[in-house]
Amino acid sequence: MSSQYDLQILQEIEDPTIRPKLIMGESTTYASLDNDVIGIIEGFTQKTSIVWYLMIGATLSVLTMLGGIVAYLIATGVGIWGNQSPVFWGWPIVNFVFWVGIAHAGTLISAILFLLKQDWRTSINRFAEAMTIFAVCCAGLFPGIHVGRMWVVYWLFPIPNQMEMWPNFRSPLLWDVFAVGTYATISLLFWYMGLIPDLATIRDRATTKLRQGLYAVFSMGWTGSSRHWHRYEKAYLILAGLATPLVLSVHTVVSFDFAVAQLPGWHTTIFPPYFVAGAIFSGFAMVNTLIIPIRSIFKLQHIVTLRHLEVMNKVILATGSMVGYAYAMEFFIAWYSGNPYERFVFENRAFGNYAWAYWTMVSCNVIFPQLFWIKKIRRSVPAMLCVCILVNVGMWFERFVITVSSLSRDFLPGSWNYFKPTVFDYLTFLGSFGLFFTLFLLFVRFLPMIAISEVKGILYKQNHTGH
Amino acid sequence: MDNNQNDLPHLGLLAEYETPEALLSASEKVRDGGYKRWDTHTPFPVHGIDEAMGIKPTILPWIVLGAGATGTCTALLLQWWSNAVAYPFLISGKPLFSWIPAFPITFELTVLFAGVTTLFAMLGLNRLPQLHHPLFEVKRFARATQDRFFLAIDSADPLFNDSSARALLEGTGASAIEEVPNMGASKTPPMWLLQIAVVLAFASFVPLGVIYSAWENTTDKPAWHFVWDMDFQESYRTGEKVPLFADGMAMRPEIPGTVATGELHQNTEYYAGKTADGSLIGTAPVAVDAALLARGQQRFAIYCTPCHGDSGYGDGIVQRRAQKLISIGGANGWVSPTNITTDAIGGQTDGQIFNSITEGVRTMPAYGSQIPVGDRWAIVLYVRALQRAANATIDDVPAANRGGL
Ligand code: HEC
Repeated sequence: MSSQYDLQILQEIEDPTIRPKLIMGESTTYASLDNDVIGIIEGFTQKTSIVWYLMIGATLSVLTMLGGIVAYLIATGVGIWGNQSPVFWGWPIVNFVFWVGIAHAGTLISAILFLLKQDWRTSINRFAEAMTIFAVCCAGLFPGIHVGRMWVVYWLFPIPNQMEMWPNFRSPLLWDVFAVGTYATISLLFWYMGLIPDLATIRDRATTKLRQGLYAVFSMGWTGSSRHWHRYEKAYLILAGLATPLVLSVHTVVSFDFAVAQLPGWHTTIFPPYFVAGAIFSGFAMVNTLIIPIRSIFKLQHIVTLRHLEVMNKVILATGSMVGYAYAMEFFIAWYSGNPYERFVFENRAFGNYAWAYWTMVSCNVIFPQLFWIKKIRRSVPAMLCVCILVNVGMWFERFVITVSSLSRDFLPGSWNYFKPTVFDYLTFLGSFGLFFTLFLLFVRFLPMIAISEVKGILYKQNHTGH
Repeated sequence: MDNNQNDLPHLGLLAEYETPEALLSASEKVRDGGYKRWDTHTPFPVHGIDEAMGIKPTILPWIVLGAGATGTCTALLLQWWSNAVAYPFLISGKPLFSWIPAFPITFELTVLFAGVTTLFAMLGLNRLPQLHHPLFEVKRFARATQDRFFLAIDSADPLFNDSSARALLEGTGASAIEEVPNMGASKTPPMWLLQIAVVLAFASFVPLGVIYSAWENTTDKPAWHFVWDMDFQESYRTGEKVPLFADGMAMRPEIPGTVATGELHQNTEYYAGKTADGSLIGTAPVAVDAALLARGQQRFAIYCTPCHGDSGYGDGIVQRRAQKLISIGGANGWVSPTNITTDAIGGQTDGQIFNSITEGVRTMPAYGSQIPVGDRWAIVLYVRALQRAANATIDDVPAANRGGL
């Protein structure tokens, strides 16, 4: 999986006299960037398309299965899942938090790293933002179908209804509706705005009337006018400024769903920062998991270089350590509080019924990412792919442990129960991957995976600041 | 636009440059030439072009600020009006509206309003979408979004003069100069597109109208049940005839001769403070020791002090609040908690005080269901201690301690 560029950069990083470039390749020009990125979309008539059709065929069948399950669910009720007293928040909520968490990487990369002037973000931001939006779609699905009576799901929104009732604005679950809704909207707008100049490039390179017409509509007649760029850049800065606190608020609010409840194991003030760190952790791992195969399939190793991947791995290492610290802190606080229920929950987590899930989580989230301290592993593509996939697994288990292990052993021993997922739990979760990858494949097929106009700016900067 | 624009030979001049630097220096010249209607077009934002062209800072941030403030107000009004006025939500006696729980939604709506406005105001200020632009008629202009840098002077500029503008551009080192052709009015969007747009715009109101009419009107037709077993869940009601049991009753009767766990209260002196024939007992049927008395003190502090006060004088916080309200004309019909250290209460039997706690007295509510029986006896003993303390004489103080008084 390593390419000539990867080998080259490995040497450059070790040589202190060279400042490694963000965009590699001696012959990389504005035009060659267009060819490399838009060429993927334009050249889709030959060999690649067969693979693509096979893949989207597979993901579409999974998506169709999800549609069938949702129909069955609506007709029958949430009883088809394993949700049972006292674990009424089973896999659907676990999956919801899992996907929302993943959705944090995109906006973090595009907004926070933008404000911090991290130029390396331009090679991966488009990709990460797309992933964000698709992950939010998957996340939004679960609370929607989890409410049981989907046809009255509009009761969640503050619109006058036939009972003349209003939602309870002091419920964290309602805050969640607003936070996730705002996040989805703003991410989509941010993403679309970034796409406008690149869509115009596709329009201007188009050789068929259909492609030209379609991309013309979506690029809204962008001419690259400097007067437009002036407002565009200002708007981008403002959106980045707005999205930064937003991205932090979203997982904070998601954590309130748990933390505001009195259940031992949920009712802790550490949840907001701990959830946000976990979200960045899982999101970055997902970006790496997806971009590693994509960059080698579509030959983008000179734009998304090994250096980019390494920086991502460092972020994974940092956030993974924060998550590990939070796990330890939860135990400390449970002991220090002297609260017998709190202590019991944590003892039970590590050594009780769900110990297998707990230790899966700890090894995937805390132990394996620590391997990234070792340079060799951090810079080896196959090794990092393994670690990132493990992190994704671990983060799913984290949400499972928090949700299920706390609920299944609540205050009343009489109602304790062991949660058992049904086949529909598995299939619904699998189905959400069908949705995710269908959207993802469409993105790869029809939209530029790299923010070309931004990368051009970086290329210009790189060639003119005496590197 | 001028009226005679259709007659112009061309709409302006377009110059192409290979590098951003060439464009920057050309821009400075055109700016200094005094032109107003001109623009540059680049594949990525060129650093320094704003000064080179004399572009003034955009008002976009102020628009966004206004939108954000609107979002904040909308959120606060919405939460206050819907939860405190239109449909008051009383939760654990908390105020109907308070700032802290209103914060998350206020923040989200502020960001939502500001963010959506940012994009649309940016597009609006840029007069986008505008699918057709005269420059698109120039073939080479396609590279403006790829790898070339362009400068265009509009012939509608008051200073515009074909030969002088051309001479100016030639002096800037442009790699090519072209005229922007005048296509006249032929490039307006076709009529049918407009018609479809109008029809769609009207059609988009139909669903809203249907919902509104459904909301406004009542009907006597039976409701639709989409999911039968969710709307009608089978369960037996009290008093319903069921086939499950021989007696056909849904409720199961108590089995004769059985008592639920912990419910066998045969010892009436202990559990009710009464003898078997129903008369109140004299002394508490419990062994008195310091631990029990301490327990009584602690329970009394929790259950009785709010009304009767720390020492039982009937001056607890509830009473003091009531007196305050009375002084301003409120708390009509208030009955003060009794001073339980008086002789009248001191003369009552233990059983009677126990009974007052368990069953309540006139306006005092019953506490039997809240305080376990053992604790009730402990409280009775502590009330005795209070009565004794309130009526103490110097003889009650041990001789050794009298010096400290
Ligand atoms: C909500 C306020 C309130 C609380 C709490 C309360 N009381 Fe009272 N209590 C009263 C009032 C008011 C009266 C006078 C009732 C009347 O005369 O209508 C009273 C009367 C009494 C009397 C006199 C009964 C009589 O025979 O005249 C006793 C004894 C007494 N309370 C004991 C207690 C004890 C012991 C507790 C704690 C378990 C307690 N009260 C808690 C309000 C309270």
